[in-house]
Amino acid sequence: MSNSQKTLFDKVWDSHVVRQIADGPDVFFIDRHFIHEVTSPVAFLGLEQRGVSVLFPEKTFATADHNTPTINQHLPVEDPLSANQLLQLEKNTSKYGISHWGLGNPKNGIVHVVGPENGITLPGMTIVCGDSHTSTHGAFGAIAFGIGTSEVEMVLSSQCIMQPKPLKMRINVNGQLGKGVTPKDVALYIISKLSTSGATGYFVEYAGDVFENMSMEGRMTVCNLSIEMGARGGMIAPDQTTFDYIHGRELAPKGADWEKQLSYWKTLKTDAGSVFDKEITFLASDIEPMITYGTNPGMGMGISKNIPQAKDLEGGASSYAKSLDYMGFEENDSMIGKKVDYVFIGSCTNGRIEDFRAFASIVKGRKKAEHVTAWVVPGSHVVEAQIHAEGIYDILTEAGFALRQPGCSACLAMNDDKIPAGKYAVSTSNRNFEGRQGPGSRTLLASPLVAAAAAITGVVTDPRQFL
Amino acid sequence: MAYDSFKVLRSSAVPLPIENVDTDQIIPARFLKATERKGFGDNLFRDWRYDKNDQPKSDFVLNNPTYSGKILVGGKNFGSGSSREHAAWAIYDYGFRCVVSSFFADIFRGNSINVGILPVQVSPEFLHQIFTEIEKDPKAELEVSLPEQTITIVSTGASESFQINGYKKHNLLNGFDDIDYLQAMKDEIATFALNR
Repeated sequence: MSNSQKTLFDKVWDSHVVRQIADGPDVFFIDRHFIHEVTSPVAFLGLEQRGVSVLFPEKTFATADHNTPTINQHLPVEDPLSANQLLQLEKNTSKYGISHWGLGNPKNGIVHVVGPENGITLPGMTIVCGDSHTSTHGAFGAIAFGIGTSEVEMVLSSQCIMQPKPLKMRINVNGQLGKGVTPKDVALYIISKLSTSGATGYFVEYAGDVFENMSMEGRMTVCNLSIEMGARGGMIAPDQTTFDYIHGRELAPKGADWEKQLSYWKTLKTDAGSVFDKEITFLASDIEPMITYGTNPGMGMGISKNIPQAKDLEGGASSYAKSLDYMGFEENDSMIGKKVDYVFIGSCTNGRIEDFRAFASIVKGRKKAEHVTAWVVPGSHVVEAQIHAEGIYDILTEAGFALRQPGCSACLAMNDDKIPAGKYAVSTSNRNFEGRQGPGSRTLLASPLVAAAAAITGVVTDPRQFL
Repeated sequence: MAYDSFKVLRSSAVPLPIENVDTDQIIPARFLKATERKGFGDNLFRDWRYDKNDQPKSDFVLNNPTYSGKILVGGKNFGSGSSREHAAWAIYDYGFRCVVSSFFADIFRGNSINVGILPVQVSPEFLHQIFTEIEKDPKAELEVSLPEQTITIVSTGASESFQINGYKKHNLLNGFDDIDYLQAMKDEIATFALNR
């Protein structure tokens, strides 16, 4: 094996290194920078204090999502602190000439949904945002990861950040996924095997026929969750599925530029014989619909299984007991039949059209369980329009579900969409941390199919019986 | 100068022997609505520290006057989850200058250094020794030396070295930050951008 063999990750990383610092990080050039209202204001304040400007305003794109209400978006935002963050984003972007899709803009939505759907996210790019789920964009063969606010300020002022090159891991999943097993289940399965810190220090490439056969929406769900196993990001080599998704999107390259870029994108794959620092392989047939039972995304299992016993885990018994106590569950419990109070479908993990199609496939012709409160939140106005155009809106309405307006919503409960203390929510989002969906809330992470089955029956239910 | 420089810190420590302490626990999302970097320390570990009526929970370590100091010692995989730098701001604003754990989440580690907190990764065995020593004597001191890259339990003399790259070490020792560095190479960056 010679050094000329490069992984997909190496190819993209190495072409973006402006300077290598001895015994230090790389000065790493950023092609696309997304910002939102929560993690950017202090960065802009930093620019003012230093008296520096934005170096390449055309490479930064702003959208409001974390803090926005998901009903009555035409009215002024009630919470004064949220309203102020939205106002600051508007002022800061206007001052520096940065594109801003604020509340009410037809392109508004969750940053990791609107980037790809408008053709801003492209293969081979380096993409950062002050949000850990920036890893989503890796689905296009980009290096994409979350950064802190100091780094947001770095990108605004210099279009670079300082990053040591991570180690490389390849995760292969081969074979055919079974009935009712979605990309979300594949990701939750991998995280349950690796734990929430199993990929810390690594950048992941997902490979194997499961990912090759996956839609772009599915690949985004998988890459989105890379951070939940500790990886900075995850990526998938671009292929015809990727090119077809991008082609014709508003800000995607056109004409001769398209042809030129396309020929470059086709080189973006791991060379045969490349070496990874770690390589893991799973079988698709081992994966069933997943659900979490604890307070981190690694605490997940097949929906037909029972909650593991602490004695079968490697250490951490007291933290494990604390976690189950918070959830009100016990070792050996089955999750099937547990009462569900809330169902949330949406977020940057599962807020795309394919997710609502999946949800609708189960609720069609059925009724929402009376005691369940369901929040159905599209990832963007574009997704919302698709939901209407495809007749999904009518299916939802007939089954007793109301469609809300786009935003991050109950995923992190910064707005009014909070799960009350002690209540159980089956959620298609990405984190089941204590209080993540509201103080005292209890989150069960799952796919849109599992969420739909829970919404109909009012208890945790294996969705395969409806398929 | 973005923050105070860090050289040698000798202090008692606050123990938090819980694994996978995530950034939603360090600072819940509902407290991320400020547009300035101040006051986050009041809400550090908000939901572990206060009950639903905003009364301090007596069993949480920050509410126990027995424990104090500028060093926070946490369980494995500290700082997992969100990229919110607010988590590091809250820890700094509360008065901590160093966090010790046997394993840090990636983004949190970077954010910490960027705001002037030194993350010290020790072996699981040494972490256990630290927790044991603090349990015996809540005033037990730790000495963290950045120039030497060592952490020592003062009472026992037990010591371990920790890793930090030379560039970041230099920054922390002098209170420099990455933006200073990047501003100084703007022409090189502009040329790079032009040739892409």
